Amino acid sequence: MTLAVFFGCAFIAFGPAFALFVFTIAKDPLRVIILIAGAFFWLLSLLLSSLVWFIAVKASNGSQDPTLPRALLIFGVFFSVLLQEVFRFAYYRLLRKANEGLAAISDDDGLAISVRQMAYVAGLGFGIMSGAFSMINILSDSLGPGTVGIYGDSQYYFITAALMTLALTLLHTFWGVVFFEGCEKSRWWVIAAVVCLHLLVAGLSLLNPLYEGSLPPVYVITLLMAVWAFFSSGGSLNNLNALCTRKT
Amino acid sequence: MRKMEKLISINCVKLLITALFYTCVSCSSVEQKIYVELNDTVPCVRLLNATHQIGCQSSMSGDTGVLHVLESESDLDWILNTGPHPPYMVIMETAFFSRSVMLRMKNSSRVAGVAVIVSRTGLAENFSPHTTCPNQNTGVYSAKYGPELANCNVTTWNPLGNGLSYEDFAFPVFALKDENQTQVIRKCYEDHNLRLNGSAPQYPLCAMQLFSHMHAVTDTVTCMRRTDLQNRFSINPEILCDPLNDYNVWASTRPLNNSAKGQTTNESFVIAATRLDGRSFFWQEAPAAEGTVSGIVTLLAAVQALYPVIQLAPPPRNIFFAFFQGEAFDYIGSSKMVYDMERKEFVIDLNNVHSMLEIGQVGLRNGRDLWMHSDPISRMNSSSVEEEVSDMMKNMHSIAAGLNVSLDEPPASQPLPPSSFQRFLRARQIPGLVLADHRTSFVNRYYESMYDDAENLNVSYPPNLSPEEKLVYETEAAKSLAEVATLVARSLYKQAGGDDSNLNNITADPKIVAQLLYGFVIQKNNSWFQSLLPPDLTKKGILSSGPPQFYIGLGPRTYGPVHSVTLFVQHIMANLTGTVTNLTETQCQKPDDISTENKDLYAYFWVSGSTAVNSSGPFCVRAPVRLSKAMSPAFERQEYGSQDYSTWTESRWKSIRARVFLVASRELEMLTLGVGVAVLLLSLLVTYFLSSKAELLFSSARETPTTTY
Repeated sequence: MTLAVFFGCAFIAFGPAFALFVFTIAKDPLRVIILIAGAFFWLLSLLLSSLVWFIAVKASNGSQDPTLPRALLIFGVFFSVLLQEVFRFAYYRLLRKANEGLAAISDDDGLAISVRQMAYVAGLGFGIMSGAFSMINILSDSLGPGTVGIYGDSQYYFITAALMTLALTLLHTFWGVVFFEGCEKSRWWVIAAVVCLHLLVAGLSLLNPLYEGSLPPVYVITLLMAVWAFFSSGGSLNNLNALCTRKT
Repeated sequence: MRKMEKLISINCVKLLITALFYTCVSCSSVEQKIYVELNDTVPCVRLLNATHQIGCQSSMSGDTGVLHVLESESDLDWILNTGPHPPYMVIMETAFFSRSVMLRMKNSSRVAGVAVIVSRTGLAENFSPHTTCPNQNTGVYSAKYGPELANCNVTTWNPLGNGLSYEDFAFPVFALKDENQTQVIRKCYEDHNLRLNGSAPQYPLCAMQLFSHMHAVTDTVTCMRRTDLQNRFSINPEILCDPLNDYNVWASTRPLNNSAKGQTTNESFVIAATRLDGRSFFWQEAPAAEGTVSGIVTLLAAVQALYPVIQLAPPPRNIFFAFFQGEAFDYIGSSKMVYDMERKEFVIDLNNVHSMLEIGQVGLRNGRDLWMHSDPISRMNSSSVEEEVSDMMKNMHSIAAGLNVSLDEPPASQPLPPSSFQRFLRARQIPGLVLADHRTSFVNRYYESMYDDAENLNVSYPPNLSPEEKLVYETEAAKSLAEVATLVARSLYKQAGGDDSNLNNITADPKIVAQLLYGFVIQKNNSWFQSLLPPDLTKKGILSSGPPQFYIGLGPRTYGPVHSVTLFVQHIMANLTGTVTNLTETQCQKPDDISTENKDLYAYFWVSGSTAVNSSGPFCVRAPVRLSKAMSPAFERQEYGSQDYSTWTESRWKSIRARVFLVASRELEMLTLGVGVAVLLLSLLVTYFLSSKAELLFSSARETPTTTY
């Protein structure tokens, strides 16, 4: 759909992630490393889920059932979500181990980076990589002169894909914060809640192309997760009050 | 933890490598949702000569336009003036493919390209995109020779010609031949682009993109100069255009020593010639039924009629059969042969030529007469030529009286029609005749167009015949051409000095004519053609379905260096004039060592033989049939701006394809960009604000703050 759509969708999908990276991650090399390692862990989870998908497709090869592609997709999505959360937990364990090592070698008296900050950076890493894999393919096709629709799909395909990617990036960040906090305090219901919410969001995306059914609920969930992550990472209403009064 | 990590990473790498060995399971990329690729595109390409460029050109990254079907005058007005979504990609119904409409499109900036629907419904009574005076500058009539006859002053040979093939279009023009593809495009148009109650259609609209970017510009001189520069100075030379070239087919009744050049014998030859090629507005589309096939089939049938009698009672003079390639493009083949003859680089030279009989368009007789055209100037200038030509005419009259053919002469002051004989006259005034079914202008209403096909030649079969039955069914057209072929064969025999008593034994077989006609205008993939060709050629796919196309083209093709039509004619001639030998395949390819075989006098062909179950399989045929290079002498002499020889070249290109898709409105695109920029700026602002107030917002009683107030 030409250059305007390419840049528009790229900015929508990656704008907040870019802003977060520039203002909070780029200055600290340790955070950059954790970000990239987080992205790598997400990539590993994607590799495993793609293997599961591949095996499933090959196993059902030859079956001409018309509902098969959809069933395979649902199966694949389910397993992918589970694997992503498993790798998030694995990354948490890795970071905990690494933290002790970092504390031992650092010059400062205390921790070089707090677990809360690591949670945020890890979540953002997951989010950026997930966003990249969702969006890059679609962005490259948006450069051509045509738009989606000749086979009956909606012509708002690119914009809704970009908005979905934006939501997912932010959601991964918030889930990272909440998940790590839950692991720290051994609150297993928190972890279960994160997994369930992830499955819910993935399930809502399967409602596409009924975009009214998938996008607004996902954004509502994003807002709720934002609030939860804010309170989970040490924020409180008092702080907000203090911020407002300080301003005035 | 580190060990486990290493294990995981090694396993991952192994898995990745094994996964890479499998091809993609089912790639459903976004591109497949957007574009409908059109296969089998028929483009119009750019051709250049010494001074001009003709044909069509698209921009480097294709030309996109909103589809509009041109069915009526109001559509034309919509496209050129009032439509709100220019530029338009015009889907042109057959009736509108005319000079006036195309020139109006050419002058408009609102047309991105044209796709012409090729069908016989709605076809005008006549359509010839060729010029009114074919090959007017390279014939024999010029300011120095018969100036009053030059440039079609006396007779316009192709009055129905609109010259479209020789216009230069700055947008791509494609032909839609496949009915299914046209249906896809029409459906997309009807779903999205139709006007409701006179108001403009709403976005998203159906659009098409055509890619046919040509590398050569201006003319042959410029293109060859740039190609020469590339060849000399570039490591990876980029060739921009190629001269049109292929091969002529020639044979003689008494074998000639191919390795000897020039006038080695005192033999005298009667040349029987016809053309091998045709053209149309689009690339590689040239069914050329009446224009070319009628002549080829007649001459081949005449060869078949003559040969048995010639073996029994050889006439004193030799008969030289020639099929010239490239005649549509300023006589490429015949000018090359005459050029070689003049410089004594061919097996015979002009001193050997006694007379010439050329077969022009002879297919649309249907009870009408045949006409013998001759050159009035040479008859006036030379009494020997006049005598010889009158003799030839008298002989043909007497032969025609015995057959069911009415033969006549056109007005005495009329010049020759466009024919290869004109190039021979340019070199030397030899006596000759051109046989045609038109007295003055062509009767072919679709000369050099896509519609000069079997229907134009009135080749029709009764329904419910299988292909094998159609192959041998003698249509009216076949019988008519067989009569002409008999006339030609007997005249050639008489002209060569043969005895009158043998004339009645020379008859063309209508069955052979029917087979030739079927193979050349209906279906080349038939059992007879298969049996005549070598097995490796048929394996490479030279016999695809449909009739052969007669456009000369250039250079090597997938199945070999020679055009398919040239190969068919060569092998048919070999079958008609050759003898079967019992050589093996390796011996057939290299007969040098065998004492009884002579590679100088004959060519050896390894042919498949009959495809019937109880046939013996491939065998070797020895025949005096040769190919001679048909490339314009202008390229040998490197005179790319020559006015005497053909300078036609065809441009090169990278990709030619077409695709259909939907386009969104400009407003939606700008909205997307606007939203994107807004999101980016907003997120930058919010993040800056939050990160600067981070300590305040995320302070907690347990953790040590990293900064102090």
